[in-house]
Amino acid sequence: MNGIIGKKVGMTSIHLENGKNVSCTVIEAKPNVITQMKTEESDGYNAFQLAYGERKAKNLSQGLMGHLEKAGTGPKQKIIEFRDFDPTSLVSPAAEGEEAPAEGEGLAKKLGDLISVSEVFKEGDVVNVIGTSKGKGFQGVVKRHGFKGVNDATHGQHNRQRAPGSIGAASYPAKVFKGMRMGGRTGGNRIKMQNLQVVKILQDKHLVLIKGAVPGHKGAIVIIEK
Amino acid sequence: MDLINYVHEQLSQKRTLADFKPGDNVVVSYKIVEGAKERIQDFRGDVIQIKGSGSTKTFTVRKIASGVGVERIFPFASPNIVDVKITKHGKVRRAKLFYLRELVGKKARIKERKVNK
Repeated sequence: MNGIIGKKVGMTSIHLENGKNVSCTVIEAKPNVITQMKTEESDGYNAFQLAYGERKAKNLSQGLMGHLEKAGTGPKQKIIEFRDFDPTSLVSPAAEGEEAPAEGEGLAKKLGDLISVSEVFKEGDVVNVIGTSKGKGFQGVVKRHGFKGVNDATHGQHNRQRAPGSIGAASYPAKVFKGMRMGGRTGGNRIKMQNLQVVKILQDKHLVLIKGAVPGHKGAIVIIEK
Repeated sequence: MDLINYVHEQLSQKRTLADFKPGDNVVVSYKIVEGAKERIQDFRGDVIQIKGSGSTKTFTVRKIASGVGVERIFPFASPNIVDVKITKHGKVRRAKLFYLRELVGKKARIKERKVNK
């Protein structure tokens, strides 16, 4: 699966050529460095390991530092493995005045090379975006599980509007079943949003505009995969 | 935020509509696509709100159509807006004229402001 690591910038809306207004998320995906290329012979499966972002050298273990130095790069914020990354499907974006290269020709990539967003995706692609959702803290069942609550403030209701209701029967089974949905920590999970559309790619600043919302706060690391 | 502004700069068309303010009476000519056909529809009313910034800036126009209040929100950057004409300059004391929603008939009028051209 081909993909790239990026950073969520924020949301806005743009007008398409046909006059439609679409809201989209802006993701900044500066070129990712290939830090390891796993092959069937040496590792049992094929994968590309990509790295993104900046980090202070003192916050990295020496082992990790050595691993990155092998690829000829400095300390990186996030390292992620993409299984079955297919470099033959990468397309170098057509330069001004040049003819677009035929698809499937592919680009020869080796350790330490950069992969830019316009090589992996093109406008109109359908992608999945993975991120960590915003943490909401301890939430009740209405927000956490979509319970209805009590829709009535009268008819004898008092302090019960957002209560979960019954959590089980009485002396049989004499316990609350495991997995009963209750209040608790909400958000902060790894979420994959599927089938989002790439609306625009601004190659100069390595920006991708993706239709709709993606998980996480502004500045959060997200993975775009195809 | 800078990158969002960059996106706006790159992707929204640059053009200037007539310089209207809340309280002005305007005619918005709006392109409507029906199947394969295209036509231009005019929407005349008072501007009651201007909101937002950049390419997400919008304005709200309110009119009374057969006794019912109708409001439409137009994005400034919309390519479907063909033209905006100011028919009357209004004299108002606030930026958001939501109080008009409560008023009907003669009370819902906006005083005209004389503009030296």
